[in-house]
Amino acid sequence: MEILYENFLRLFESGGWKYVVMWIIGGLLIFLAIKKDMEPTLLLPLGFGTIMVNIPLSGAIAQTVEGVTEMGPLTTLFNAGIANELFPLILFIGIGAMIDFGPVLSNPKLMIFGAAAQFGIFFTFCAAAFFFDINDAAAIGIIGAADGPTAIVVALKLGSKYLPAIMVAAYSYMALVPIIQPPVIKALTTKKERLIRMPYKGKSISKTTRILFPIIITLIAGLVAPSSVALVGFLMFGNLIRECGVLDSLSETAQKVLANLVTIFLGITIASQMQADKFLQLDTLLILGLGLVAFIIDTAGGVLFAKFLNLFMKEKLNPMIGAAGISAFPMSGRVVHKLGLEADNQNHLLMHSIGVNVSGQIASVIAGGLILSFFS
Amino acid sequence: MLDNFSVDRFFEALPYMGKGMLGIFIVIGVIIGVILLLNKLTTRKKSGK
Repeated sequence: MEILYENFLRLFESGGWKYVVMWIIGGLLIFLAIKKDMEPTLLLPLGFGTIMVNIPLSGAIAQTVEGVTEMGPLTTLFNAGIANELFPLILFIGIGAMIDFGPVLSNPKLMIFGAAAQFGIFFTFCAAAFFFDINDAAAIGIIGAADGPTAIVVALKLGSKYLPAIMVAAYSYMALVPIIQPPVIKALTTKKERLIRMPYKGKSISKTTRILFPIIITLIAGLVAPSSVALVGFLMFGNLIRECGVLDSLSETAQKVLANLVTIFLGITIASQMQADKFLQLDTLLILGLGLVAFIIDTAGGVLFAKFLNLFMKEKLNPMIGAAGISAFPMSGRVVHKLGLEADNQNHLLMHSIGVNVSGQIASVIAGGLILSFFS
Repeated sequence: MLDNFSVDRFFEALPYMGKGMLGIFIVIGVIIGVILLLNKLTTRKKSGK
């Protein structure tokens, strides 16, 4: 009975309030996941894990008491699956298997917007450099990749101590894409521009092209930025399984069972790093702010680049499609499509926006690889 | 956080912005070229049949 009382009293010791704040944060993540349907596959395990690890002397994580360290299961999972980058990379196989690169292969020029919309990464990196060491600033900048696994792998390889904050920012803002992007897009485009229609001239893509595409992308990205081979390679391996036509069962497993299984462990394992002492710092707030800047500048970069290209083009592009280059697949493609329909209910931009969106996925991985080759 | 504020580090980071964006555009440009080539080659094969 005395032990129970002692444990309860820890909440009222100096700094004990931090545990309560972390419970509220955990609860908020669970609320956003369930009530607002924001990335529930990740935010729910993350939220619950946050509560688990912020109970004084929680047995879920490693605890050192009187010089003796007792391993907790979440710390073991972290060492086995996150610290060595295994979980995010395995998740990439599932993501690769989910993506249909058809719209990009049909109209490859769209890929250029995927490149332009990575500007937020480097802008944020420079802004973060004011406050953080170069490696941490680079890891914070990669929030702009709008891609969870890339953000995790880059932050880990750069040895950033801000991994939990970077993770939370990356996944939260991905979920908030339908809220963040529309005002930025509307502020940078006129009604006339949003009305521009882009007829879709879909071409049939040969199976050979679909099979060779993931292999060639891996080779190109690997030769340019060898550090990106794991990132690009796992994504493209997943896509090769999908497109080869002889591994349908594996493709289905990668898309559903594998991706779901890894996601469950990914969220709750990352929560092991959301301990009050590490997380409740001004740095975390600043990282969350910089993450928002990254998403805004990514969106602006894509839209402004499309407007720039329009200066030279006879057949004008709807500049909104540039915003879909932010990655955050497929939310950002859908946001652009919805805005097109909002301007004109016959303005269907989905095929273009999804094409740009898929390009953003590739470009963000390449950006991650470049950052790694610069700083690791 | 604020005691770590450094303008010098910003200027150290700035060139990477140029290098990074240039790198992405070059790689994406190469990929676009390869896809166009692939599409051309595989379409030719079809019409040849």
